Amino acid sequence: MAFASIHVPNFLVQAVVRAEPNLRDRAVALVDGTPPIWNVVAANEAALRSGIELGMAESQAAQFSAVEIRRRSRLQEKSAHAALLDLGASVSPRVEDTASDTIILDIAGLASLFGNEENIATQLMRRAAGLGLVAHVAVSSNLEVAVHAARGFAGITLIPPGEEASCLGPLPLRALLPCAEILETLDRWGVRDCATLAALPLLQLSERLGQEGVRLHELARGASLRSIVLAELGVHFEEEMALEFAVAELEPLAFLLGRLLDQLCARLEARALAACAIRLRFDLEDSFEKDFQILSENSPPKLAPRTYEKVLGLPVPMRNSKMLLKLLRLQLQADPPHASIVKIILSAEPARPRAAQGGLFLPSSPDPEKLELTIGRLANLVGNSNIGSPELVDTHRPGDFRMGRFLPAVGESKISQKNGAAASIHIRKEDTSTSRRAATAFRMFRPEVQAKVELQDGYPVRIYFRGMRGNIVAASGPWRTSGDWWREDLWQQDEWEVDIRFDSSASSRSERTPNPRAQDGLYRIYYDSIRAAWFARGRYD
Amino acid sequence: MAVNLATLRSKVELALAGRVVAPFTYRDRHAVETVSTGIAEIDSLAGGLPRGALTEIFGPACSGRTSLLLSALAARTAHAEACALIDGCDAFDPHSAEAAGVELKQLLWVRCRSIDQTLRATDLLLQGGGFGFIALDLSDMRAEVLRHVPLDAWFRFRRAVEDTPTILVVLEPESNAKTCASLVLRMEAEPARWSTTLETRAPDFFRYPSSWLLEGFGVRAELLRSHMQSSAPNGFKKHFDSAGRSETFETNAMPGFLSVARIEPAPK
Repeated sequence: MAFASIHVPNFLVQAVVRAEPNLRDRAVALVDGTPPIWNVVAANEAALRSGIELGMAESQAAQFSAVEIRRRSRLQEKSAHAALLDLGASVSPRVEDTASDTIILDIAGLASLFGNEENIATQLMRRAAGLGLVAHVAVSSNLEVAVHAARGFAGITLIPPGEEASCLGPLPLRALLPCAEILETLDRWGVRDCATLAALPLLQLSERLGQEGVRLHELARGASLRSIVLAELGVHFEEEMALEFAVAELEPLAFLLGRLLDQLCARLEARALAACAIRLRFDLEDSFEKDFQILSENSPPKLAPRTYEKVLGLPVPMRNSKMLLKLLRLQLQADPPHASIVKIILSAEPARPRAAQGGLFLPSSPDPEKLELTIGRLANLVGNSNIGSPELVDTHRPGDFRMGRFLPAVGESKISQKNGAAASIHIRKEDTSTSRRAATAFRMFRPEVQAKVELQDGYPVRIYFRGMRGNIVAASGPWRTSGDWWREDLWQQDEWEVDIRFDSSASSRSERTPNPRAQDGLYRIYYDSIRAAWFARGRYD
Repeated sequence: MAVNLATLRSKVELALAGRVVAPFTYRDRHAVETVSTGIAEIDSLAGGLPRGALTEIFGPACSGRTSLLLSALAARTAHAEACALIDGCDAFDPHSAEAAGVELKQLLWVRCRSIDQTLRATDLLLQGGGFGFIALDLSDMRAEVLRHVPLDAWFRFRRAVEDTPTILVVLEPESNAKTCASLVLRMEAEPARWSTTLETRAPDFFRYPSSWLLEGFGVRAELLRSHMQSSAPNGFKKHFDSAGRSETFETNAMPGFLSVARIEPAPK
């Protein structure tokens, strides 16, 4: 049985630095408290060397120009803790959530996957760095020893079985987290490290410090025995960020979203997952001017929503943060929030990553991630409703269809390719064999063009539309259709297929109308009985 | 003089170093892979549609441009290729396309409202890459508008598809792409074919119009330009560069929901 403990030193600072990687090499101090009293609650080594002290007032800390002052962020601490758990879960399914900055993994049986204990510890350090955390790792057969070694020693610490007490010996007593009163007592006795405490006689220590003294004695000797308490690891991926100053512009917002997406994708990668959807939620700033939405002149003003939500559905699971950021930007450009943003919550719906086997002889197909980006850009250009794959609907209403999502199937050719490569090389020969008589194509007029039609004995003989006059030289019809009589948008039409010869000398022709002789051809016109008017639906081409 | 030319040449090569590989070396044109349009007559006329090149199909309204496009789309989608249609005037009819055999799931339809939108959408799709067939439908746009499309747009499109397996087809009322198009086809409509259910054809059409059925219409396609050097299956190479050759094919009226009962199915 072996355990690895991962400890993130100076967790409060690291949680903030994880969200702002540019602070990694800077002196950082965190302040917390009740406004207007803000005190320094945490600082990194560089800040402490600069003269920052814990408990110092914010105004005093602000005197140090080289030190970056940040507010303590509980949201980022929560995210950093979730990332720490993801790190543990990426190596072992048996994880104990010991503290916000410490976890324990059961690494028994992982040798065949990662190698020896040193390799496992190195992997953990590397993965922690990938998640934006600097961690200390200790491996021991005793769970408590691993925890205290990780808290007390920097880097990787490997403790062989039987050497727990000697390894923990130089560790300061503070690493065992005793209560302040006992720590003070031991300090007055001159007991300042684990080796000294372990050398004290247990009976006399028990008489003076009670059960807590016995517990500390066991910990210092590395003789404490307890079982691992397994944490329930969910697959909930969420990153939050509260903003000190509200953001109204897209550029700075994209910068922040990029950071959160980087963190989210790193967490997904640690769990070998990808996102099939990204949920975005903004808490919006209260603003007097934008609080009310006036829907119409007569309607009462409606209170504007305080949150903004958006779901980015993805056709294939992906975890490329740059690609996701581009897609989110396109969505936000098309539908921006109506007020400044004070809090960002980004969550991912996890899914198994896409695994695709490429083929040499498969037809070319766009890369799904790239395609999604292209479609996003096109949707931004022409509108969401104007791009997609057309789908026919189950109705007889003329020209009815809906737009669906474009998800091309790859490698599902209708034409069987029995000979693989040979079929591909002689593609022309194969294609020619599929040639058949062309179906007459129809082109729609959207919207339909209103026309004036002259009838003779009930049949169309002349037509006027788009500033042109034409003689109908042949016609077929009427083809009567109707439907949806139970709805408001019912239809009832008499359709005709007509061959029109336009008159080039029509007086109504303007500069914007096309050359009439070039428009001669076969058209489909109809008389709408509901609207009592003639329309041109389109033409054959 | 020879020394000067050599110096000049080395200077040009030095200036273009890193950008153009061997600027004075003749680059042999690769044999272009062509695919079927789905219409045997057009295939025999033009040798099919070239990949990695721009094909221009133009003609007046009702001249069979869209029928040819749908036929080509049907052939490509049947091979599970991803296809895109940039519809400049929002005139595409999905019912007609499905009747022509187009796999609609394989087709990305971009409905545009202006020439600017159309050209920008084409740029985006070409940059995205991966499509086997991209059609740019400008058929219903006014010729005056299309004449104002800068020539560099056509050059850009041609360059974007070069050395890719993408077929770029442009439908227009007039030819505008000039030398950027590797294949130019002009379409013209032949008279429509009507049939009657009456045993004897009525002398006066307007006495019995409801007994007439639209069967289709003929299309005359003329090859105006082809820069292709296509490798025929039997091994010899054939140049399709004889302008002015033409072929005629017939279309069948769309078996739409109205016409199912009265139009004969296309011969298998």
